[in-house]
Amino acid sequence: MARHLLTLLAACFALAACGQPAAQSNAARIGIVLEPPNLDPTAGAAAAIDEVVYANVFEGLTRIDEHGDVLPALALSWDISPDRLTYTFHLRQGARFHDGTTFDASDVKFSLDRARAPDSVNAQKSLFEPIATVDAVNPSTVKVTLSRPTNDFLFNMGWGDAVIVAPESAAKNATIPIGTGPFRFSRWLKGTQIELAKNPDYWGTPAKLDKVVFLVIPDPAAAYAALLAGDVDSFPNFPAPELLPQIAGDPRFAIAIGTTEGETILAINNARPPFNDIRVRQAISHAINRRALIDAVGMGYGTPIGSHFPPHNRAYIDLTGRYPFDPNKARALLKDAGRASDISATLKLPPPPYARRGGEIIAAELRAVGINVKIENIEWAQWLDQVFTNGNFDLTIVSHTEPMDIGIYARDGYYFHYAKPEFKALMAALDRAATDQERTKLLRDAQRMLAEDAVNAFLYQLPKIGVWNARLHGQWVNSPVQANDMTAAYWSEK
Amino acid sequence: MARYLLQRAFSLGLTLLIATLVIFVVLDIVPGDPASFMMGLNADPQTLAQLRHELGLDLPAWQRYFIWLGSLAGGDLGISYTYRVPVSELIVERLSVSLPLTLMATALSLVIAIPLGVFAAARRGRFSDAAVVGATQLGVAIPNFWFALLLVFVFATTLHWFSAGGFPGWDEGTGHALQALVLPTIALALPQAAILTRVTRSALIETLGEDFVRTARSKGLSEARSLRRHALRNALIPVLTILGLQFTFLLAGAIIVENVFYLPGLGRLVLQAITQRDLIVVQGVVIVLVAAAVTVTFLVEIAYMIADPRVRVGRT
Repeated sequence: MARHLLTLLAACFALAACGQPAAQSNAARIGIVLEPPNLDPTAGAAAAIDEVVYANVFEGLTRIDEHGDVLPALALSWDISPDRLTYTFHLRQGARFHDGTTFDASDVKFSLDRARAPDSVNAQKSLFEPIATVDAVNPSTVKVTLSRPTNDFLFNMGWGDAVIVAPESAAKNATIPIGTGPFRFSRWLKGTQIELAKNPDYWGTPAKLDKVVFLVIPDPAAAYAALLAGDVDSFPNFPAPELLPQIAGDPRFAIAIGTTEGETILAINNARPPFNDIRVRQAISHAINRRALIDAVGMGYGTPIGSHFPPHNRAYIDLTGRYPFDPNKARALLKDAGRASDISATLKLPPPPYARRGGEIIAAELRAVGINVKIENIEWAQWLDQVFTNGNFDLTIVSHTEPMDIGIYARDGYYFHYAKPEFKALMAALDRAATDQERTKLLRDAQRMLAEDAVNAFLYQLPKIGVWNARLHGQWVNSPVQANDMTAAYWSEK
Repeated sequence: MARYLLQRAFSLGLTLLIATLVIFVVLDIVPGDPASFMMGLNADPQTLAQLRHELGLDLPAWQRYFIWLGSLAGGDLGISYTYRVPVSELIVERLSVSLPLTLMATALSLVIAIPLGVFAAARRGRFSDAAVVGATQLGVAIPNFWFALLLVFVFATTLHWFSAGGFPGWDEGTGHALQALVLPTIALALPQAAILTRVTRSALIETLGEDFVRTARSKGLSEARSLRRHALRNALIPVLTILGLQFTFLLAGAIIVENVFYLPGLGRLVLQAITQRDLIVVQGVVIVLVAAAVTVTFLVEIAYMIADPRVRVGRT
């Protein structure tokens, strides 16, 4: 009996080995680390949702490109009134949703009203807060009136959370997403893969790929193996930077290091003594060697930052020189504050490697200047509960990945408890600013104020590490929004 | 016999009921809110309250427990908070990977372990026995994720015989689906086989020293025959016990191997649901696993009765 079974098994093995499927000709298989919980970008904060559907399946009035610029999408053009309160959007004609229903002004009104309704579960509801009214003037024109001038309004309308959905299909987008994009959803094998197929009826430039398959591969070693085995064509965010040197020598693959909107910070509870003392916070900033941190955590990839602002932005100023790595200065500041060696603090670390690995290094550096740090590893759900919602923490490490999010420092009750009146005034002035010049100046003032007050210890900008088949072109190098835009991707011959 | 089965069925039901209470209480104590996990860093309190209301999370705990129990009695495991699809659908999808994988791994470990265990026991003290014991020692000691990675390295990235992982689904043809399960099956089966071989060997050696085997031998039966006819059957009880434990363990405990081969198994579903605080999914999976464990234990007990008449007599 046993012998028969063994033979049978051997036969299966041989058969299985021969049954290898032939490679898909014009498809791309994209590896992603986290599976999206659902596929409706207007009803969840998970970046993984946008990583699959943004630009591919769903489109908004505007869209954001690889460089962070705002481009027309479902809105062909727009007029802005002199008081910057009224936006008149001229819409594309002839665009259709994937279920065949036509796109027009009523869909725009429906989508924007739905996102800002009292019962909305949009994770970025604040984007829509300035909107006073939305009027469908005629099928191809929408007039949006704001209650106050809002500088980022066109950029905000390009977020995944602001995509246009149809009233007929909106309720089911979580499992069967229906958008207007160049790819349509074809199937989702939960836990492993999501497949998109080219939309033959697309209103604009058609996609070059026939099919895009997103494969969920959470384990870094598995990701590397899948790449080498040829099971995956691209990892837009490769989870194993320590293996890059091995890939770099392989002509089959291309490596693209880009920027993200992720400011990685050592967040400090500004409301809790002794961290309400600016000297203590400045001491912490002086105690950290950012370069060493980047080398250890990101294998050298990542840009040091001195404030809460991305280095690739035009309004960026380099403030990394404000608190150079100087343990002696840190000790002196602590002594000055009368807290030379008696500070004890808990450092709460969420799961990502930048926090867990980085936390070990930072804890050691802080101990070296006399701050007695205890590490506590927690899950994301606990982090959200303890740190983010209840502000129950001393120190934590986290990456703020939302684009243009310097405004969080003006929020009352935000978890690091800053909300200085002067900073709030700066943010209010920013919304009123009429010219780019004025705007840049205000953004720079804001960066300086955060650095001066050493609100948090600003560490580094998270890099985007893309690894893909050298013949697969047209993917994003930078990620101004968390998305894997495959609309322009194509295979080259050689 | 019938009374015994009835008794067992009753205690099975009671175990499940107690399990629902324990699972619910434990998960309700765990800190973390599924709504804030879904809404992220920018959500305002009003949006969170709205979502919690939609998910029914604003009800008091006892009310949520009875709602859950009520729908459970009707065979409904509820709707996942994050995926927004029925939990039963999710579990069935995952079982379509985990169950075949577990069955195949268990079968493979049996096919390896029983002959090897018998062989080693028959040659106890000799060199070939020592070799088997040494090999199983190694099999127990090797971490299965490392072994899985080794399989991937040899058969996927170097020889390209198999995919490095993933699961195409049963719709794509049984061949492709089975192919995706070959390496995971081996990775899961070998460590289990090592344990099972050791158990078989030691159980057999113990039985071989018993009076009835000596009687069989003195009756003129050859060593091999007395071993197969008399000793093996009596040595099966510990083997069955271990096998039952292994089966239920593999159903959701294959998570490390599932991760290496990025398979959509039950283990990964639970892990993902726990991190996202999709508690209704966790509750559903755990209750299904408890049911499976209880059922397997029950089946193992019946197998005892078949293997060993003394158990039957003792119980009735």
